[in-house]
Amino acid sequence: MRASSQVLRFADWTSPVPPVAREVLSAVPEPAGDQPPVLFVPGLGHGAWAFAEHWLGHTAARGFAAYSVSPRADGSLRAYVHDVVQVAASLPRQAVLLGHGAGALVVAHALARYPARAAVLASPVPEGWSALGAALRTNPFGTLPALFGAAPRLSRRQLFGAGQAAAAAHHARLVPTPARVYRQVLFATPPAAPVGDPPVLVVGSPDDRVVPRKALDRTAARHGGAPLLFPGMAHDLMLDESWPEPIDAILDWLTKELAA
Amino acid sequence: MPDTPDIADRHDAVCVIGAGGSGLAAIKNLREQGFAVDCYERETSVGGAWNWRHDRSPVYASTHLISSRPLTEFPDFPMPDDWPDYPHHSKLLSYLERYAQHFGLGDSIWFGTEVVAVSPVGDGRWDVTTRSTGGGAERVQRYAAVVVANGHNWFPKPLPVDTAKYRGQVIHASAYKDPAQLRGRKVLVVGGGNTGCDIAVEAAQQASTVWHSTRRGYWYAPKYVFGRPADQVNDKMLQLRLPLRLRQWIFRRTLRLTVGDLTRYGLPAPDHRPYESHPVVNSQLVYYLGHGRITPVPDVTRLEGTVVELADGRRVEPDLVITATGYLPRFEFLAPELLDIDADGKPDLHLHAFARKHPTLAVIGLVQADAGLFPLAHWQSVAVARWLRLRLSDPVRAAAVQQRESARPLRSWTRLRVVPSSRHWFEVSHTHYLRTLEDLLHQMEPA
Ligand SMILES: Cc1cc2nc3c(=O)[nH]c(=O)nc-3n(C[C@H](O)[C@H](O)[C@H](O)COP(=O)(O)OP(=O)(O)OC[C@H]3O[C@@H](n4cnc5c(N)ncnc54)[C@H](O)[C@@H]3O)c2cc1C
Ligand SMILES: NC(=O)c1ccc[n+]([C@@H]2O[C@H](COP(=O)([O-])OP(=O)(O)OC[C@H]3O[C@@H](n4cnc5c(N)ncnc54)[C@H](OP(=O)(O)O)[C@@H]3O)[C@@H](O)[C@H]2O)c1
Repeated sequence: MRASSQVLRFADWTSPVPPVAREVLSAVPEPAGDQPPVLFVPGLGHGAWAFAEHWLGHTAARGFAAYSVSPRADGSLRAYVHDVVQVAASLPRQAVLLGHGAGALVVAHALARYPARAAVLASPVPEGWSALGAALRTNPFGTLPALFGAAPRLSRRQLFGAGQAAAAAHHARLVPTPARVYRQVLFATPPAAPVGDPPVLVVGSPDDRVVPRKALDRTAARHGGAPLLFPGMAHDLMLDESWPEPIDAILDWLTKELAA
Repeated sequence: MPDTPDIADRHDAVCVIGAGGSGLAAIKNLREQGFAVDCYERETSVGGAWNWRHDRSPVYASTHLISSRPLTEFPDFPMPDDWPDYPHHSKLLSYLERYAQHFGLGDSIWFGTEVVAVSPVGDGRWDVTTRSTGGGAERVQRYAAVVVANGHNWFPKPLPVDTAKYRGQVIHASAYKDPAQLRGRKVLVVGGGNTGCDIAVEAAQQASTVWHSTRRGYWYAPKYVFGRPADQVNDKMLQLRLPLRLRQWIFRRTLRLTVGDLTRYGLPAPDHRPYESHPVVNSQLVYYLGHGRITPVPDVTRLEGTVVELADGRRVEPDLVITATGYLPRFEFLAPELLDIDADGKPDLHLHAFARKHPTLAVIGLVQADAGLFPLAHWQSVAVARWLRLRLSDPVRAAAVQQRESARPLRSWTRLRVVPSSRHWFEVSHTHYLRTLEDLLHQMEPA
């Protein structure tokens, strides 16, 4: 299927996405440095808080202004993408986009509309049936309903590591996303190529129970690389006990790319 | 000082002339294709026409967009979605400033520097002569390509009526800035374009008497129809690919049922169908006609003493005549044949952008559409940047693209059925035009 025209944007021209007050959390370095801002985009069910726990502060400590935006209530794929681009364009400098889980899919769509400085897809949920296949294997009772139109429920075991102390608290903060939105995000026409040719990094874990290893390889290959892997970690890298490892690796990669 | 200054070779760098919206888009998109860019801007800041402090800005204090926000913004840098449908010109300026800052374009711009001459060197390269606007020596630098983005709304189109014997004040609309210029005076506004209508409305609120002279009737469109910005409704019809005849019928019907018959106020009936002239979008003109605050009059034939004579023999005595006759394109720094400029001053460019005989010379923003300019300027500059890149990376394919483009029929991107007026030299339908650009972009996609 060919992506719809990038040039003739009738949807935006005839029925623009209505504005909402967006929840944006941030941590900015003091003093502000030369590095581009990083915008974190959580997956479905999560909010900006998921990054505010550890990654925003850590990113700021390493000299990058860090922001995260919550998916709007009553959203749609189009509205999520719109919100990401709106927040990115509101930042003073060309931003780096980092999407996690289904948020990585939102970022992939946003990259076709906004020339990001760089992009990171963390535990990126693959498009289409392969996403459901993987979820079915690890969490049949949470995923099956999605096939019949109900909201899928991600289990605690799927998202968080076994020994994770705060897992229960984190799991309690997840908000159910309507199945309609899941279907939209997963089965949308694949995004057009990123504009402005940004460097893209894929990170994930071979032990992720939502995104299989093969899917990570495929997503990374599409962006001309191999995934950066963090064995032993659960799907929610940013809430895992070992959260500093991936974010440090991501920021190291970014620093290298920006110098190139 | 030597007569011929040393020529500094900038190798593969591209020269962009002007840092208005079009020039900024050109810098950004050329840099995305990996080009080094030197942009020269005669003013000391970005924004071009939208920076109303610039001495050549055609914008007046009250200017608001006529194209609604989604149809005006750059496709890859949207305006904030909580801005109004038709933002004020000061918002447009801050938008362009933020665009420049966001993409760090300032690094590529030399402010207060005017381009005074651009001449081909022979191998596709160009010698660009610049001079500081503060005066001083000229400097010549050699570039691989030149992208002109000098705007086409700053050189007033003269009113071809002798004013030597006239004792009243005549100014072109470009010199109109502030409603205080109108307060308590008897004002004649000439021209029924968007500028003329805006100023007539402003005069209706400020002046003691207002005459509005137009040499033909127009389809004055309101800013809103069916509760939506009018251009968004229009695009719905274009999206559904309704045939022109049907859209014309709907336009007439809608206007009839809402605004009514304009000849009732003494305006001439349009001498053309809807969509055959550049859209004039103004909801207030009719309102002030209805209040009797604006008296429509025909063309001006003579100006003498204190009297202005009109085509129907009427004589009026304004204190101030504002000619809102529009603007003409000007390229003082280029020999006319480089852009195939004819005796009237009209350039002939492929897609209104590519010089026909010079593959490394292009113009951005020399179009006017039924939508905002920036989306067009963006995709034009993407196409120019990809074209320049393709010439270097794959000359064989570039030649094939050029061959195909030269066979592209005019009607696929120009508007053939428009009122014959210099006003319409660069008139395009944004959907037709963008489809053509998209097709060109596909041809140039990396293999
Ligand atoms: C009153 C008015 C209202 C308008 N409203 C709308 C609207 O609602 N929507 C819309 O889309 N468009 C509108 N326009 C059209 C407007 O012209 C464009 O939006 C846009 O500003 C054009 O940008 P540009 O960069 O092509 O030209 P400009 O903005 O004119 O910029 C050209 C720049 O080049 C510089 N320059 C020129 N010559 C030289 C030289 N020799 N050397 C160095 N620098 C040079 C100038 O200083 C200037 O900064 C309006 C125009 C007018 C007059
Ligand atoms: N609010 C806004 O956003 C806004 C405001 C103003 C302008 N603009 C834009 O800026 C551009 C320029 O607009 P403009 O209104 O300044 O110019 P314009 O569209 O060229 O209109 C010029 C008007 O003057 C008339 N005219 C020209 N020469 C004449 C002559 N010799 N004798 C009598 N009448 C003559 C034209 O008549 P003919 O039709 O017969 O040629 C036309 O009515 C347009 O793209 C416009 O959309 C936007």
